Amino acid sequence: MQKTIYTRLRDLITREQPVALATVVAGDDIGVQVLIQPDQAVISMLNDTALVAQVRQDALAMLLRGDQGVRTYGERQIFIETYPPPATIIMVGAVHIAVALTAFAKPLGFRTIVVDARGAFATNERFGHADELVHAWPDEALQGRLHSNTAVVVLTHDPKLDDPALLVALPSAARFVGALGSSKTQAARVIRLREAGLTDDQIARLHAPIGLPIGGRTPEEIGLSIMAQIVAERNGKSL
Amino acid sequence: MRDVVAAIDTWQQRGERVAIATVVRTLGSSPRGVGAKMVVSDAGNMAGSVSGGCIEGAVFTACQQAIRTGQATLMHFGVPDEAAWEVGLACGGTIDVFIEPLGTSE
Repeated sequence: MQKTIYTRLRDLITREQPVALATVVAGDDIGVQVLIQPDQAVISMLNDTALVAQVRQDALAMLLRGDQGVRTYGERQIFIETYPPPATIIMVGAVHIAVALTAFAKPLGFRTIVVDARGAFATNERFGHADELVHAWPDEALQGRLHSNTAVVVLTHDPKLDDPALLVALPSAARFVGALGSSKTQAARVIRLREAGLTDDQIARLHAPIGLPIGGRTPEEIGLSIMAQIVAERNGKSL
Repeated sequence: MRDVVAAIDTWQQRGERVAIATVVRTLGSSPRGVGAKMVVSDAGNMAGSVSGGCIEGAVFTACQQAIRTGQATLMHFGVPDEAAWEVGLACGGTIDVFIEPLGTSE
């Protein structure tokens, strides 16, 4: 592995940025590598530009799914390894339930990001235990943060904020998308999302009302029901 | 790779040269999945793993050689393979391991 490639890879994985590394493991150019990041130019030690473009496309798709493995390109076999960012819960709406959910998420191995444009809600005092606090509109904040390891939890209770978040999250690679709200709220929401252009498959992905039915009433109990649903989904159980 | 970065840092700070072994393909049961890494330094240090311990000896030797020659190689271990019997791949699967030296200059 060339030092240039290793230095960059080390930096990216240390900062938990998504990256893929492609290595020729059989055929011509054995040991030659290409480092691939979403939305960035590749760092390529391979000279064949058509091959590099194909490898880049495959590697980015594998990165989204968290796959890795050997692919064959003509005479060459290329091993593509991927480093997706860690499992993350993004909460849209710095509400009381988000305070509880943030507390539950950490010991279960999730990073937490809380998004709210309203400065009075998203304060360090309430969310000192979150990994990241983002003061922005949900659709802006979600761009570039949604990955196959991401769960998006929409908690604002306000369609003006919830809908733009869902319109970005549902078509994305995010593995779990859920929203608060009664069944009646959900029925109205489905109509709006369809009018906004989402497909039935995309809408069917939405967990709403979010959370397992444990009879939760307090913000802490509701936070627990959401946490349990996300863990179930991570473990391959759809509840 | 995340699990071996700290070891590489330590060895490089001491001026040791490093090779990286990566599981690139597995068939059947194997204790470490695709992407698992083991790193070795020319001073004889090792960290990480590529199997349950059955092929680490052969991989260690291959890593030392890669540091000396500067050449990358793909190694195949499997039950029908005589070399694999010698190093005792008990799990019954096959594993391909890519061995590469870590460059010291840009």
